[in-house]
Parts: sequence; structure tokens; C-alpha cells
Amino acid sequence: MTDLKAIAKEVRKKILYMNHYSNASHSGSGLSTVDILTFLYFKFMNLNIENAKDENRDRFLLSKGHGSAALYATLGIRGFFPMEYLDKFYVDGGVLPGHLDMEAVPGVEISAGSLGHGLGLAVGFALALRQKKNNAQVIVMISDGELNEGSIWEPLLLAPHHNLSNLTVVVDYNKIQSFGITNDVINLEPLNQKFQAFNWHLIEIDGHNFEEIEQAFNVKTTKPKLILAHTIKGKGVSFMENKLEWHYRSPNKELLEQAFAEIDAA
Amino acid sequence: MRKTFIKSLVALAAKDERVILITPDIGYSVLEEFQNAYPNRFFNVGIAEQNAISIAAGMALEGMIPYVYTINPFVCMRPFEQIRVDVAYMKTNVRIVGVGAGFSYGAAGATHHSIEDIAIMRVLPGMTVVCPGDPWEVEQAMNESLDYEGPIFFRLGKQGEPVINDASSSFKIGKATVIREGKDLAIITTSNTLEICNGVAEKLKQNGIAATLVSMHTIKPFDVACVQQIIAEKTTIVTVEEHNVIGGLGSAVAEVIAESGKGVKFKRIGVQDAYSHYVGSHNYIREKFGISDVNILKEIMELINK
Repeated sequence: MTDLKAIAKEVRKKILYMNHYSNASHSGSGLSTVDILTFLYFKFMNLNIENAKDENRDRFLLSKGHGSAALYATLGIRGFFPMEYLDKFYVDGGVLPGHLDMEAVPGVEISAGSLGHGLGLAVGFALALRQKKNNAQVIVMISDGELNEGSIWEPLLLAPHHNLSNLTVVVDYNKIQSFGITNDVINLEPLNQKFQAFNWHLIEIDGHNFEEIEQAFNVKTTKPKLILAHTIKGKGVSFMENKLEWHYRSPNKELLEQAFAEIDAA
Repeated sequence: MRKTFIKSLVALAAKDERVILITPDIGYSVLEEFQNAYPNRFFNVGIAEQNAISIAAGMALEGMIPYVYTINPFVCMRPFEQIRVDVAYMKTNVRIVGVGAGFSYGAAGATHHSIEDIAIMRVLPGMTVVCPGDPWEVEQAMNESLDYEGPIFFRLGKQGEPVINDASSSFKIGKATVIREGKDLAIITTSNTLEICNGVAEKLKQNGIAATLVSMHTIKPFDVACVQQIIAEKTTIVTVEEHNVIGGLGSAVAEVIAESGKGVKFKRIGVQDAYSHYVGSHNYIREKFGISDVNILKEIMELINK
């Protein structure tokens, strides 16, 4: 776990650096996902770095495409593409677009950026894998604000109907969305009961605790699994944590240095 | 056409395990043949068109060839943004099958009509738009769709359309099918108005006017060369479609004429930018919108004599 913590620090710093030089938004949205992404890509998932499309790989779909910097940083550090690509995010002549383009780099399973698509796509992946008798896992991460989208609730109904035990949904419940506190915009609570009522195997965790993350992903179940991960928007940088403005702001040089110092000291 | 669609799909499924059929709960008395033959490859995903498209795209990314079937406006308008992102942007091999071209659903009302579908599908980069004119063209297009690269939208008539093509016809997606040739004018039509136009051409012939009849079964990629050739022969051109004249076949032909630098007499016959509030059968509503042999003949004679 020490290793994972060290890697997560590196991912966080990379996200902030990318958003700093490109003046890009969504620092907070990326930071809340880092610990889960780090666990998945550095410990849990079956991957093939040399052949990102290996038929036996586990599939990870980032439905909240605005969290792209976190996925790019994780994939880059994991070795899916040259690290210098991380210096080509959201800029003229860049390699990595602000929202996900599956043609940009290896390891990005779907294009995303419009909310409410990834879970339906993941159900398609899971049904097709079952059809092919392929035992790979499908993991899809959605945001809490994304639960406002009607199109999320269609696959939330359908996946348990098909007992898609090869599917895991992670809700990045960071409590802040585009224009307000998530539960002020539309109250999602009681959220865990909604998923249970929809016949998902629900596991509720602290999305920044590696022990809890690992236990959750290792649970064996015959139902599709839903990990409701309580996270903190902007996790790891005190002045970004739980602040709506860091859905949009980009750190200047001074704030970047302050953030790096905090992350290193943690 | 829908019976031919399902027969063709069952035949494709028999020879290729990648073929999947997805429906958002539509297809009673049509899809059962597939459902019974291949229950593991048939998915009724419930009344959820957005999810149907996303699931199909996910399956396509895993190498499957999913056909999503339902009533036309529900398959291409409700989930338009899913089609844009999950199908067109991601270039997935999804086949979107809309049954009920134009006013096919007649008295069911305008919610079930589709007069905008060609326009909104052809504007999507990389989307192939196929609008067969008769059951034979449905079968040919379906066969070609199996190994076709990229997404396809199929616009199908509902039922009972006769076969217009004969043994001499040849079919290829993206290549117009010339049904008959004549020197006096060209009628270019698409989808379910082929039968009416064939009747019109026959009546013109009885009046000593020789018309070329083109079944423009593929709106995208558009057979520009076919239209350019007609323009080069300085023939009068009439387009007929059961679709809004904005954005459909008539617009596609007009684009070719405008860029040709040559002038030809030209008329778009179709729906004049209005929804139907009429109550009546398919043919009743067609007549109200001037999509009838009598009106098309009248418009052609006015154009020729202009």
C-alpha cells in the first residue's frame, strides 16, 4: 500500500501540472478519483501494457470524461504511452484532448465527455464479453452529478436484470457538481438505498482508503457490483478540497508549488 | 420491408455469430423469428432507446455487429446524442434500423412519423445512410452490412412495398440504382416513394415522355457521379421523398447541381416543412402532402412546360 500511496502522489502532481500549463479546468474532479485509479491500474486490473487491446484485459471506462487528466496521468505513469504526452494536454498541437478521445492514446477504452453514456456502454461491453465467454471484468466510473442524467438510470435498471456479475460501477461521490453542491442541485439521498432497491450489490467505502478500496473490488458476487465511493473533490490539496471553484480554476505557479509541497508532505 | 429485414437478419445470424439484435421493446409479430432462433443474441432492453444505442456501441467495441431495431423516430431522434458520440464519433459498427419511413405509421400520428431522419443522420460524420426503395434493396443492403466498416442507418418502409427492381438490377451501398432510363427527365427518389415514382414514370411513358428513374437508396455516401451525369445530359431533374424537403434527398441533389456550375430545371417534391395534423392512413396523409402520383405528374408537367 505504501507504493500505491507514493504512486497516487505522483498522479496528483501530474494532474495539477497538466492543468497548470494548459490552464485547464477540472482539477478537483480528477483529484477525487486518483486513489481508485491508482489501485485499479497498479494493483487490481489485468492489463497488457504492450498490447492495450489484449482480448483478456480488464476494461476500465471513465464515463466522467471531464476527469480525463487523472486517467491520462495514470495511464502515462503506468507506461501505456510516452510520458512526454502528458505535456501535450489541452494545448495547440496536443495529443490529449480535454475530454476523452479513444483514438488519442492506447488504454482509453471509450470517448467520453458528455455525461450519461459510459454506463450503457459498459453494459454493452459486459454483455458482449459474456457472449464471447471471456472472463474479463468491466469497471466503469461515473460521477455523482452524472446521476442527474436520465440515461444513467436505464442501464442501472438493466444490468441487474441480466445478472452482470462481470460489471462493477464506481460512483465517485465527491459531493460537488458543475454549478453547486450535488445534493443541493438534486438531492440524491438516500443514494445507497436506491442502488440496493435496483438490485445491485452495494458496497459503500471511503474512496481514498486503499484497504477499503481493495476489499470492495475483491468482493465476489453474482450480481453486478456498485461501489459507492465517498470521495473529496480536490483531495490532497487543502485549498482545493470541497471547493466548487476548483471544478474550473487552474493553479498558477505559486499555487502549484504550494500544492506540490502539501502532497509531498502528506 | 420489415419482413425482409428480419428474414435477412436471421440469415446473417446463421452464418455469423457476431450478429446481435437489440430492440427497445418494439417488434411484436416481426422479430420473433430471430428471438426464437437466437435467444442468446436477442436483447429486449426495455423502453430505453438511449441505453439501446449505448449498449450496441459497447458491444460493437467488443467486436459484435449489433442491429438496433425500433420505430424510426425513436431509434434516431430520442437517442441522437448517443448516436453522435457512441456511434459516429467512436466509429462503432452499429446498425441503426428505423422502421416506418415518412408517414408509414399513418393515423398513429406525427410522433410516429419521420420526416427529419435523413437530414439528421446524414449530417453525422462517417454515418452511412441507406434508404432502400423496395424489399430487394433491403436484402441487398443487409447482406452488404455484415462486413461493412463503420455505422449504418437504415430507413425502412413499414410493410407491403412491392419489388420494383428486376433481375437486371445491381446493388451497392453508395451507388445509385437506375431503374429505367429516358431522355426527357430524371426522377430521383429514395426510400418508400420508389413505387409511386415508378408508376409516375410509367404514366409519363404512356404520354410519350421518357423518364429516367433513379433509386437513390444510399443518401450517404452520396452517388455524386450519378447526379453529375444527369446534369451533364442537361436533363430536367425532379426529386421525390417522403421527408422534409429541407436536408434530405432534394437537398443532397441540389448541392450537386449548385456546385456543378450548370443549370438544369429542378424541383424538390416532398414534405414542405410541416408536421402532419391529419388523421388518416398512410396514403391519405401522403396525398395531403402532395406525395401522390396525380400531384407528382402535375408538378412534373408544369416543370417541363416552364
